[in-house]
Order: sequence, then C-alpha cells, then structure tokens
Amino acid sequence: MDISLSQVEYRYQANTPFERIAIQDVSIDIPTGTYLALIGHTGSGKSTVLQHLNALLVPTEGTVKIGEHEIKSHQKNKNLREVRQKVGIVFQFPEHQLFEETVEKDIIFGPMNFGVSEKEAKARAREALKQVGLGEEILEKSPFDLSGGQMRRVAIAGVLAMNPDVLVLDEPTAGLDPRGRNEIMEMFYTLHKKRNLSTILVTHSMEDAAKYADQIVIMQRGRVMKKGTPTEIFSSPSELVKMGLDVPEVVRFQMKLEQKLSVKLDKVYLSIEELSSAVAELLGRGVRT
Amino acid sequence: MMEKMIFGRYVPIPSVIHKMDPRSKLIIIFLFVAIIFLANNWITYALIALYTFFMLGLSKVPFRFLYGGLKPVIWLVLFTFLLQLFFTKGGNLVFDWGPIEIYEEGIRMGLFISLRFFFLILITSLLTLTTTPIEITDGLETLLTPLKKLRFPVHEMALMMSISLRFIPTLMQETDKIMKAQIARGVEFASGPIKERIKAVIPLLIPLFVSSFKRAEELAIAMEARGYRGGEGRTKYRQLSWRMIDTLQVGLLVILTILLIIFRS
Amino acid sequence: MTKKPIISLNDVCFQYDGQDNYALHSVTFDIYEGEWLAIVGHNGSGKSTMAKLLNGLQFPNQGKITVCGLPLTEENVWDIRKQLGMVFQNPDNQFVGTTVEDDVAFGLENMGIPREEMVLRVQDSLKKVKMEQFLYQEPHHLSGGQKQRVAIAGVLALSPSIIILDEATSMLDPRGREEVLEVVRDLKNENRLTVISITHDLEEAAKADRIIVMNKGEVYREGTPEEIFSMDEELIKLGLDIPFSVKIGKAFRQKGIDLPKHYLTEEELVTELWTSHSHK
Repeated sequence: MDISLSQVEYRYQANTPFERIAIQDVSIDIPTGTYLALIGHTGSGKSTVLQHLNALLVPTEGTVKIGEHEIKSHQKNKNLREVRQKVGIVFQFPEHQLFEETVEKDIIFGPMNFGVSEKEAKARAREALKQVGLGEEILEKSPFDLSGGQMRRVAIAGVLAMNPDVLVLDEPTAGLDPRGRNEIMEMFYTLHKKRNLSTILVTHSMEDAAKYADQIVIMQRGRVMKKGTPTEIFSSPSELVKMGLDVPEVVRFQMKLEQKLSVKLDKVYLSIEELSSAVAELLGRGVRT
Repeated sequence: MMEKMIFGRYVPIPSVIHKMDPRSKLIIIFLFVAIIFLANNWITYALIALYTFFMLGLSKVPFRFLYGGLKPVIWLVLFTFLLQLFFTKGGNLVFDWGPIEIYEEGIRMGLFISLRFFFLILITSLLTLTTTPIEITDGLETLLTPLKKLRFPVHEMALMMSISLRFIPTLMQETDKIMKAQIARGVEFASGPIKERIKAVIPLLIPLFVSSFKRAEELAIAMEARGYRGGEGRTKYRQLSWRMIDTLQVGLLVILTILLIIFRS
Repeated sequence: MTKKPIISLNDVCFQYDGQDNYALHSVTFDIYEGEWLAIVGHNGSGKSTMAKLLNGLQFPNQGKITVCGLPLTEENVWDIRKQLGMVFQNPDNQFVGTTVEDDVAFGLENMGIPREEMVLRVQDSLKKVKMEQFLYQEPHHLSGGQKQRVAIAGVLALSPSIIILDEATSMLDPRGREEVLEVVRDLKNENRLTVISITHDLEEAAKADRIIVMNKGEVYREGTPEEIFSMDEELIKLGLDIPFSVKIGKAFRQKGIDLPKHYLTEEELVTELWTSHSHK
C-alpha cells in the first residue's frame, strides 16, 4: 500500500492561545515495500508525522494519502478503521498497552476489533507469537507475569496479528539490551522482506537506519531537512554533524581515518565489512602521505 | 486532546492577589463563605458585590477565565432562582397565571440566593485562578498544623496532594499515549452505543492502573533511597511569607464583616 | 590511584520471594574509592538486584555488604544512604517535587537541613549539572536527560561519596545520554566521587576504569575495559555487545591488517593505522 504525505502541516490546539506548529511542509512518499527510516531529535516532529500515518492525527493543512484513502483537514474523514487495519503501529514501549487476562486474548484483541473471526484470530496469534520468537506455552499466561522483554514481544505480536500492509515502528527497541535489540530489529527486517511490507522506522539510531532502511528522512524543527538513500544521506557526513546529528559509527570512523591519513575513499561505506575491505586494500597499496 | 482539561485553572499573571500568601487567601475564603450569609437586604448585597468586584479587579484575571469557572454552575444558579421564584410566597402577588403565582418575596429571595451563589463561585474561583495548587497545599498544610496534635496526618495528606499534583500531567500524557495505541488496534472511544463505549474504556483503564502502580512503587523506592522516612524531623524548602498586603486584605474583610452586621436588617 | 575499598561484597546471595533461582549467587568483589566501575550484563543478569542491595532496599539472604566501613544492616541503612546516592532508570518515577528546585530539595528536607542552607545547596548542585536556568520549571516541560540531571543534582545536594547510576541512561535518547554521562564524568573528576554505573551500554562501559560482567546472578568476569573487551564473541554470547572500535579492529585483522592489541577508542585505532601502515 502506497502512502504519501504532501505538504502536511499540523498545529496542536489550533485556534487557541496555546497553538503550536508541530510539523510543516512535510512531503514524503512511501511506495509499497519501502523500508523508510525517519530520523530526528526528540521534538523534531517525527512522532507527529508518525501519527498521521494511520490517521490518529488529521493534518491541519495538506493531504495524507494512505492507499485509496485521502485524509485532509476540514472534511469528514470516513472509514478510518479501514486505514487503521492496514497500518499497524508499534508504539514506543508497546508493552504499556497490554491489558487482557491472557496473552492470547491480548493478541487477538486487535484483529477481532477489525472483524476477524475468533478462530482466524487465534490462528494468527499463534503465527504472530512464532514470528516474535515466543513459544505457544505462554498463550494462557497473564501478560503481566512475563519479563519485560517478553511483554514487548507479545505487544508486537498483537500488532502483527492484525496482518497490516504497513508497519510503523516507533523506537521499537528502546530500553532493551543489545541482544534483545538485535533480535527485534532482525525480526522486523525478515518480516519486511517476506511479506513485502512497507516499514517505517522512527528512530534515533543512525546505525539501524544505515543498516536496514532504503530511504531515510531526517526531520528537524518540524520540517524535512534531508531525504534520500542511506548512501546519499551519509555521503556528506560533515553536513549532518554540523546540523547536530549523529552519523553511523562506520561513517564516523571513515571520516576520522580519511582525515588522519589525508586520503579520500571512493565512496562512503555503510558496513564494517565493506569499510574494512576498502581500508585493507588501501593500506595494501600503500598510502602516500 | 487531554491538554485542554487542565488549563482554565491557574492564570499566571502578576497581580497583587497572585502575590498574596495562600494562607491569607484561604482564611479570607473561609470567612467570606461564612459572612455572605449575613447579607439579607439590598445594601448588604451591594457591599458584597462591591467587595467581590474590587477583588476581581485587583486580580487582573481576564473575564473569559472567570466565565469558564461559572459556566458549569450557571444552570444550578438559574434553577435555584426559579425554585425560589415559584415557591416562595409572601408580599404582593405580582404575577398570576393559572397555577403559577409569583410573589414579591419570591423575586427577592430568588435574586438574593442566586446572587449569593454567584459571588461565592466568583470568589472561590478567584482562589484557584490566582494560586497554584501547590501553594494551596502549602497553605492548607500550615493552617492545619494544629490538627497534628489530634493525630491528624497533616504532613502525609499534604505530601499526597503535592505528589498527585506533580503526576497529573504525566498521567495525562500517558492516557493520551495508551488511547492512541488502542485506537490503532481498532478501539473506538468516541462513537457507538453507550455499552460499547463503556467497554472501550477497559483497554485504557487497565494499562493506566498497571502503570500507575508501577510508578507508585518506583517512586516509593526512589523516595526511600533519598532518605524519606516520614514527616518527623523534616525541614521545609517551600516557604510562605505573610506580608503587609495579607494583613490589609484580612483587615478589609473584617471591615466588610462589621459593615454587614451594621447594615443587615 | 590508591586502592582502598569503599564497598565490599562478600559471598552475597539473594533470592526474591517465591522464585526458585537465586537473583544473585555468591557474589564477592570490592569497589574502590574514586573509581568508575561499570557493572554490565543483559536484562535479568542480576545487575539491577545488585543496585537494590547496595542501597539497602533489599537485604541479602546470605553474605555481607560493607559500605564506607559500616556493615549494611537495617540499623545502619539510613546512615549508609547518606553516603550513597542513586539515580534510577525512569526519569519520571523519581521526580518527587512539583518543580526542579523542590525536587532537588526533597532529600535535604528529609535530612532536616535548615532552610537557608538548603537554598544554597539547591542552587549549587543545579549549577553543577548545568540546570540552574530551570529552577522553577515543572517536570513535564523537561526532557528525559534534563530530568536525570535534576535527579543527579538531588543526589549531589546531599554530598555523598558514592553515586550509583542504575541504568540511568537506558531510557534516554542519544543526546540525553551524552548530557548525563558528561555531567557525571565532570563531577567525578572534581569531587572525588566513586561512580558505579549499572548498564548494558557497552560504549558507556568502555570509558569506565573497571568493568564487572554479570551473568545468571554471578560475577562472570572482572577486569579493565581492555581485558573485558578482549573477550569478544564471548560477550555477544552473554547478550552483550562490543564497542565499535573493537569490532572494526577485529574486521581489519581478518582482512590481514596487523594490529597489536584491542583499541577502545576510535582515535587510538586511527592513530595506530596511521603510524604503522601509512609510512611504507
């Protein structure tokens, strides 16, 4: 399902003395199957953009197109449920949304709200649990008896069981330890590939953006500052640093190395593997300083 | 959507009333509530009105904020007025139409009682409009200190109040977040038959309870780690200072009381 | 650095009620005065239980803990807490006051410090964490990193000799994390504080003087960052990670670039590449 935002603006508490512009002139295209990373500091407007992706917020100016649905301000926006069924959102600390008595009931809650039969929903729950790396034996447990990491996975399973076409992830690994972080990110990536999902990852992590995304959008002060492929975005790392943003560790290392050795590699490398090969070759040839 | 609920309370502007000690404001309110019942004729009501509007003027609070406080109770005031109007008998019959009879005394009583209501609301909302909740808590704590002798847990109550005040915005944000997460999972909070809507609240309330308990637990641990072991031997950082204006204001109210006693019939 | 133990744990065991496994099992180590010790481990390795024990929020089932020469017992616990400040994980759930100044004053009020002195200490400690501009600010207008700095100021106001960061940066964004760590680093240098940081952020641990790796409730390994990060794959098996400079150093070695040791900072590694490989 294609999503596109064109010239979207959102004001909180519009027409009151407390009015505040959260985002303006935001245009982003997300064709089916894209893995898009949305990057920016806290307060850059990225969470506001996220909430437009399934009509939790309706723009005060501009248009959001989600599949066939057009969402605009000053008009009655019907069938938002259809949109919400297609776009699953994993919010930050999603374990906070768990509420049912058992893991199974919690996972089927979403699908059944959207009219899926109980039998079908239960089948999906099993499937979703497997995807997030949990065993069926926890289906009958209370979600509140699980460990923090397991709760996170159950909450994610609850979103996956809705069978969304688009998956929106808001800092899905915040607070997890390195192993948990890696497992969850890999899981989403596998799913992205296997189901040809559109994935939108809202993150602070330049590493994850460089590693998984095919498109990156950088937000700053409510506006889109830069967009492009990871290679495009990171090919001018000093510009990002000037904007007060991080660059992936690999890119930062390449910058430092180039500076120290007074050389310029042919391009920006986004993985340790590629960079180390390039450096090995360079050093093998010998560097003239 | 949650942010709207809190404002309409404290209005942060510099005014004489804002700078007053919360203790004097609380004393004035309590006294005012008592002496307003002394008013029973036009002249005493005029005195009360004069006092109220004088205080409103001093506070510099814009009218729309006052109106916000009045709006919810305006029907109650109207209802009391009508009740008095139709059911108080005495004096000359002014209006007679079938079963409806209105007497002079009915009009008088109706007006007086609704005016009393009206002034009470104005003066009490002036307190919340010009005093932060934490100041009110501090004021109450100090005023109630003598009750400690009767083993009334004054310090604990005040601490509970200030912690609740501290966490209201946090809980608002949390509510908003969980609501959105459940909307994304297909819950509809705003539409459907009433039964469905009540059911929709459960996925909101349970997570809120769970997280509030967790917060309470963590907060208790943090407080203990910072050496909190009850009110005994504690000093206070927040300080109240009683100034000239406070004495003058209480004095003004005493004068009003005397005038009311002189002029009431 | 003089190696004088300020905290000692001796054969400490701890089990939560109703749990079969020990959360901590036979843990023995010393923490030295003035050092920065990182205690690392994946979630559930027992590192958070350790924080609770050090502060007397829980008491061991077996074994002994000594803090600043005092055995940690129910009688001593309040004296020990004066020596030992804690910053917890969730910035919101440790903010007691309605404003920044009130929150910093909370601990001082508990100690019965006179008001005039409180005012000075509140201002002084907020200055140390660079939050003196926010005296009257309410918590919901602060970022996570700012709230954690206020929490640190609250600890500092009591002038403790030890500060424990219990995953204090794990809920922050990169900017907030950097703010907090920078403040702690400065403080440690100026005030001879002992810092214990319980974390799973390996980049943070790399800057510590010493690291203790916890696994399944036991001390798995103890050593300097160099020693710990030479464990390499073993750390990843423990659910942890290795710092970037170690990772890329390893990749270089595999590609046939000769490197004599592990480098904990990118600068060192870059310098090494420059000195040994670019003057052919």
